[in-house]
Amino acid sequence: MTLPPSAIAIRGLCKSYGKAEVLHDIDLEIARGATTCLIGPSGSGKSTLLRCIAFLEEATRGTILIDGQPLGFEERPDGKRVRLPPHRIRAVRAGIGMVFQQFNLWPHMTALGNVTEALVTVKGLSRAEADARGMAQLRRVGLEARARHYPSELSGGQQQRVAIARALALEPAILLFDEPTASLDPELTGEVLNVMRDLGAEGMTMVVVTHEIGFAATVGQRIAFLDHGRVLLNGTPGELFAAPRHPRLTQFLETYLDRGAAMLLQPA
Amino acid sequence: MSFDVSVVLAALPAILSGLKVTLGIWLAAAAMGVVLGFVVAALRHFGPAPLGLALRLVVEVLRGTPFLVQIFLLYFGGPYVGLSLDPVPAGLLGLTVYAAAYFSEIFRAGFAAVPRGHVEAAHCVGLTRAQIVRRILVPEMTMLVLPQCVNMAVILVKETAVLSVIAVPEATGVISAIGSQQYAFLEALFLLAVIYWGLVEACGWAGRMIERRLSKFRFA
Ligand SMILES: Nc1ncnc2c1ncn2[C@@H]1O[C@H](COP(=O)(O)OP(=O)(O)O)[C@@H](O)[C@H]1O
Ligand SMILES: [Mg+2]
Repeated sequence: MTLPPSAIAIRGLCKSYGKAEVLHDIDLEIARGATTCLIGPSGSGKSTLLRCIAFLEEATRGTILIDGQPLGFEERPDGKRVRLPPHRIRAVRAGIGMVFQQFNLWPHMTALGNVTEALVTVKGLSRAEADARGMAQLRRVGLEARARHYPSELSGGQQQRVAIARALALEPAILLFDEPTASLDPELTGEVLNVMRDLGAEGMTMVVVTHEIGFAATVGQRIAFLDHGRVLLNGTPGELFAAPRHPRLTQFLETYLDRGAAMLLQPA
Repeated sequence: MSFDVSVVLAALPAILSGLKVTLGIWLAAAAMGVVLGFVVAALRHFGPAPLGLALRLVVEVLRGTPFLVQIFLLYFGGPYVGLSLDPVPAGLLGLTVYAAAYFSEIFRAGFAAVPRGHVEAAHCVGLTRAQIVRRILVPEMTMLVLPQCVNMAVILVKETAVLSVIAVPEATGVISAIGSQQYAFLEALFLLAVIYWGLVEACGWAGRMIERRLSKFRFA
């Protein structure tokens, strides 16, 4: 059996809020087993694109294929776009995990409770089996010892790692991250980025919206640069950051200058 | 006017029976008000828009009129629409509906205060809408609103005194009747104040206990 070449194939995707179109005709292929970083100025549509892939937002036009399977909507041969039945949407979504900027842990459940909730409620596993699997995921993010703690008893970095473990517990083929370190104190971003780096090294397919240009340049195998709702550039970090650089990207890097980007901007 | 303790002692059995009615009506109305209020809030949050609007109107009217007026309307106006109730059932019904209006408003605000992201995270791991309500929304909302619910219970204990106007044999009615028969108004009023204050304090203490237990579930 040959797998489709892309983990995610986005074709002609448009998204409008009311009359305002915020994503214009996006075409993007996300490679399997690679880390793709989405960068771009605030308001360029990175979150909206990621949320469309997570099916938290419904695109207005276009298609998203996850491993070749249409997500949410299907284009019929006659050009009609039809909504798929809930069980088919559910089946495709099951392959996608999402990590949010605000962690979004459920405050009334322990770390382990957050990780095992869907294993019990959705997958129907026994408590014991769910706990075993949940502990394995917490071990993976280095938080086995914090399993019985509530989110309010954890640091931001620990909460985000629990959120990653929660997404991993369902064994998704694709993990989406929307600015996973943006609400963390600087000294806590490292522990989260390290977990993500490990996942990337294990061959997880990841799409990461980030302002950590250093992370994007070193961990991202592909980088897509969004600007005003379009994918302006798409390539390897080498291709994007090497001179001659696109003037919009240079402008963006100068605005969002961090240590990683400063390094990249130095003349070779 | 001297303070006559013997009057109070002599009337103790009557006072206790009044207190029992107050406690019974209060707890029953609070419990049923919570349940009814929850149902109303859930219908307003998850139900069809026209129903939500109608319920909102009813809640606004109940919150916008004095309980005394509501209880008069129910007791004296009820028979005109075929609802003839004895004082105790009328008082219980009136107080339950009144409480439900306030509780529903607390729960509605609670549902709205659960961060959208918590629901989105649940969608992302595959929970169905019904599972999200049961496992995420209701528990989180409950945590958020418990302090206000305790507050409402305190208000409710004081509103039971209004039921004396339709001759419900609760503490205020019983004790002020004793006071006027025995010419001991001051003693009676003083005793009433102590009783209500005791109940309110007990409520507040319970509330603080609950809050302490809940503090670790708080939003980070
Ligand atoms: N729910 C919404 N309703 C209306 N406009 C929105 C909504 N969400 C995002 N937008 C708009 O869409 C554009 C892209 O937003 P977003 O995807 O959040 O950008 P980014 O994540 O790149 O900062 C912005 O102009 C934003 O104002
Ligand atoms: Mg964003």
